[in-house]
Amino acid sequence: MKINRAYGGIEMKHRTREALYGYGFVMLWIIGFGLFTAIPLIQTFLYSLNKVTVKATGIEQVFIRWDNYRRALFADAAFVELLVEYVIEMLASVPIIIIFSLIIALFLNLRFRFKGVFRTIFFLPVVITSGPVIQELTAQGATSAPGLQNLTSVANFVAELPKYLRSPVEYLLTSFILILWFSGVQILIYLSSLQKIDKSIYEAAAIDGASAWESFWKITLPSLSTTTTIIAIYSIITLSHFSENKLIRYIYLQTYSVEGGFGYASALSFLYFAVLVLLLLIVYLALNFRARRSY
Amino acid sequence: MKTFITIDQIKSFLFGSRTSYGLIFNTILYSLLAAIGFVYLYPLLFMFVTSLKDMSDLLNPMVQWIPTHLYLGNYIKAYNVLNYPRTLMASLSVSLIPSLIQTAVCALIGYGLARYRFWGKKLLFALILATFIIPAQNTFIPQLLAYRDLGILGHINAIILPAIFGQGYKSAIFILIFYQTFLSMPKVLEEAARLDGASDLKIFIQIAVPAAVPSIIVSLIFSVVWYWNETFLTNIFLEGGVKTLPMQLAKFVQAYENLYPPGVVNIADRLNEAVKMSGTFLNILPLLVMYFILQKWFVESIERTGITGE
Repeated sequence: MKINRAYGGIEMKHRTREALYGYGFVMLWIIGFGLFTAIPLIQTFLYSLNKVTVKATGIEQVFIRWDNYRRALFADAAFVELLVEYVIEMLASVPIIIIFSLIIALFLNLRFRFKGVFRTIFFLPVVITSGPVIQELTAQGATSAPGLQNLTSVANFVAELPKYLRSPVEYLLTSFILILWFSGVQILIYLSSLQKIDKSIYEAAAIDGASAWESFWKITLPSLSTTTTIIAIYSIITLSHFSENKLIRYIYLQTYSVEGGFGYASALSFLYFAVLVLLLLIVYLALNFRARRSY
Repeated sequence: MKTFITIDQIKSFLFGSRTSYGLIFNTILYSLLAAIGFVYLYPLLFMFVTSLKDMSDLLNPMVQWIPTHLYLGNYIKAYNVLNYPRTLMASLSVSLIPSLIQTAVCALIGYGLARYRFWGKKLLFALILATFIIPAQNTFIPQLLAYRDLGILGHINAIILPAIFGQGYKSAIFILIFYQTFLSMPKVLEEAARLDGASDLKIFIQIAVPAAVPSIIVSLIFSVVWYWNETFLTNIFLEGGVKTLPMQLAKFVQAYENLYPPGVVNIADRLNEAVKMSGTFLNILPLLVMYFILQKWFVESIERTGITGE
């Protein structure tokens, strides 16, 4: 009994010491989170409830409650349109990124010569993608699917589409390569997950008479379900944070414009943030629902 | 002496066997990969070819892919407009210095998360992920005002300061990389050192860090690339002071017209897409050089750091 209690005491002491050192290591981050994320986030939220005017002497705030939000949602047609466009573009490009990166990863998982060259090509865009570079390339029409957009038949086809379908299709045509360029990291993530699947499962399935096609649907795809969720979320976040994103440009312009200002721009960024979180939730639930059913 | 080829051999040559995929499959594979690879590189090829065209080649619809002669005039103009040596140095310091700090700090935090048990760790992870999701738009205005009061707006310190506190650009990813790395490392050596009386910080610096060199290199190069390409925050925090390459490229038209006023110069020297593409190419050139030197580290990064293991 005595020994036990003494031991427990030492164990307790050891635990406290460990925790203290642990906090020591992460303290920098906790302080930083407070200073650079939590406080600015709350401050921005407060701005969004005020009419903020910047004067030479400092900042002047007039509390107006939810007026900024009301104005953004009911009076600012441009913002709402951009928001809807953003959601449609996300829902259109994320499946393309997932399917494309999975196909490329499956290719790169095979044994063939010059594999390294192709891997280097497919990862190259990750290194050079910056806002101004993409802007210059898009301005020159270099990011659309080569030649496809100029065909009259394609143009006629797009013109025939109902309005709500036309803008996503046009988006896909004009920024096709851009969407593929955002798949570099995703390809590597899929590739490393593919290499982690146990080879003996495939052998066992082959002995039982499964074709390569069947093993793909019954073994490969189910093993990749977690990876697919990670990739979907990663893709949405990178696309949403990209500085050439039209919504981000709009919020940036509103920040410094006379009719907008800090307060209105803050309200816009919170609405944007809310839609982003909602989108992530929907995609997460949709992918996990499907994954659970497939088992 | 049997010289004829059996039907089985032809079959395996065409359709593959246990050891090879066969000619038909290989042909399809290579042509598909080459086609996708071309689509992938198309913007870069387009940019490079356009940047070499002079006025007559630009106007000549027959000249698509191969300029009639080598013309470097666009590059000279773009070089001057970008003020290349100065902006290059600015870009290098704005990406290198915060990256070094960010990597060191994230290693420290990742080690703390991987090796110590303490209350609230799950919450901490949730908050780290939150920093990855929260858009910069939701936090930059108060930061801008605070930096203005501190007098570091337009100075590289405005980028360095958040990095010191583990809040640099995409820091969540680097923290997770180091967490994963240290978690998968055996503890034995560290425990032995502890029994010998080494302090926790000493163990981290002398035992854990040397073993994590691959992750350190991966974090460093990705950090450099992402800082280099980041323009939203640098545009806001460095405005009026340091000018990086992407910032200067974004203002290319304006900078060009300052240097070559449209009313003054002759028509051949007006701003055209070839000059813009030269500027864009000069912009990504340092990154391309870095990529081709360190490509193994880039493409093997995910395997080396095991970031997908969570």
